[in-house]
Amino acid sequence: MSALAHTAATVLAATDYTAAEAKGIAGASSAGFAYGLAAIGPGIGIGYLVGQAVQAMARQPESAGQVQTTMFLGIAFTEALALIGFVVFILLKFV
Amino acid sequence: MLGLQTLVGNLTNIALLASEGEGGGGVQFPPIENIVKWPALFGEGSFYAFNKIALISMIAMIVPALLFYFAGRKASLVPKKLQNIMEASLDFVEKQVIMPAIGPEGMRYLPMLVAMVFFIWIGNVFEVIPTSHMPANARMANPLMLAMTAWVMFIGVGVKHNGLGYFKSALFPPGVPKALYLLVTPIEFLSTFLIRPFSLAVRLFANMLAGHILLVTFSVLCITLWGFTPLVLVELLSFPMLVAFTGFEFMVAFLQAFIFALLTAVYIGGALHPEH
Repeated sequence: MSALAHTAATVLAATDYTAAEAKGIAGASSAGFAYGLAAIGPGIGIGYLVGQAVQAMARQPESAGQVQTTMFLGIAFTEALALIGFVVFILLKFV
Repeated sequence: MLGLQTLVGNLTNIALLASEGEGGGGVQFPPIENIVKWPALFGEGSFYAFNKIALISMIAMIVPALLFYFAGRKASLVPKKLQNIMEASLDFVEKQVIMPAIGPEGMRYLPMLVAMVFFIWIGNVFEVIPTSHMPANARMANPLMLAMTAWVMFIGVGVKHNGLGYFKSALFPPGVPKALYLLVTPIEFLSTFLIRPFSLAVRLFANMLAGHILLVTFSVLCITLWGFTPLVLVELLSFPMLVAFTGFEFMVAFLQAFIFALLTAVYIGGALHPEH
């Protein structure tokens, strides 16, 4: 985080940047942080979810099909947060 | 954190030094315009402008139609060859998508879900097909239209089977204390009618775009590092990664089509029986 603050302070202190350039620099330097932070929660969530699904399948192999479908559903819902983070990354970096 | 900064600074210096050895430049990533702006193959600027994405979408529409036409033209009781494959795909959608998400009465939605799976899957698979290397669903327009189809579909099914009571049961879930409706109803409205189609579209779009950018990154690394410099040793790492990710994206292409159809089925199932 201090790197982000450092970049922001440098950009703000320098007077020879136009507003658009300053926005570009700040956006590019915060894009990585935005995606990194957005990936933490879904990463933990998907790991826990798949771990529990594997456990369920190991305990009851006959219900593996149903567990798998439910697992994919859960992954899809959890993963959406990380993907919105990725879209935010693209927006910060390139738009 | 300060140590990290110094490390990053050192790495940047090393990378700059290394790139100067090849006459400057370093790793040149293609600009983002390459996946945002597509020149038209013909009819530039007019209503009939037709670019690569439109071509891939047309292929993704025509190929399944032809496959099902030829599979069903001389349908026999004991399926052979093509008919066998297509029946297996219908069976997959029935067993993996409809039965767990809707139940037996969901079989009437089989044509729509199968069409969705095939359109999304074939559009996605062009991500790893040489000479194309672009998934049609990495443009927001395609996932958005598909998500709006699903949105209209599940609201339509809900209204058809439950009348306007569908909105009542969706917005005012039973068994909640009266005062809490102030809190619950706006949340339910947002999550059911706005966030559902949005997340459905963004899930497909961002997955395919991320996969495309991932493959581009490793391809660019492989191309740039190729030469008589010590950096060519990195190729030993980056090229197997490119191959592995190509295989991974081939899997993701199908998984996203499956998940899109599964979520559509879940939403339709929820609209059919809003009490659950």
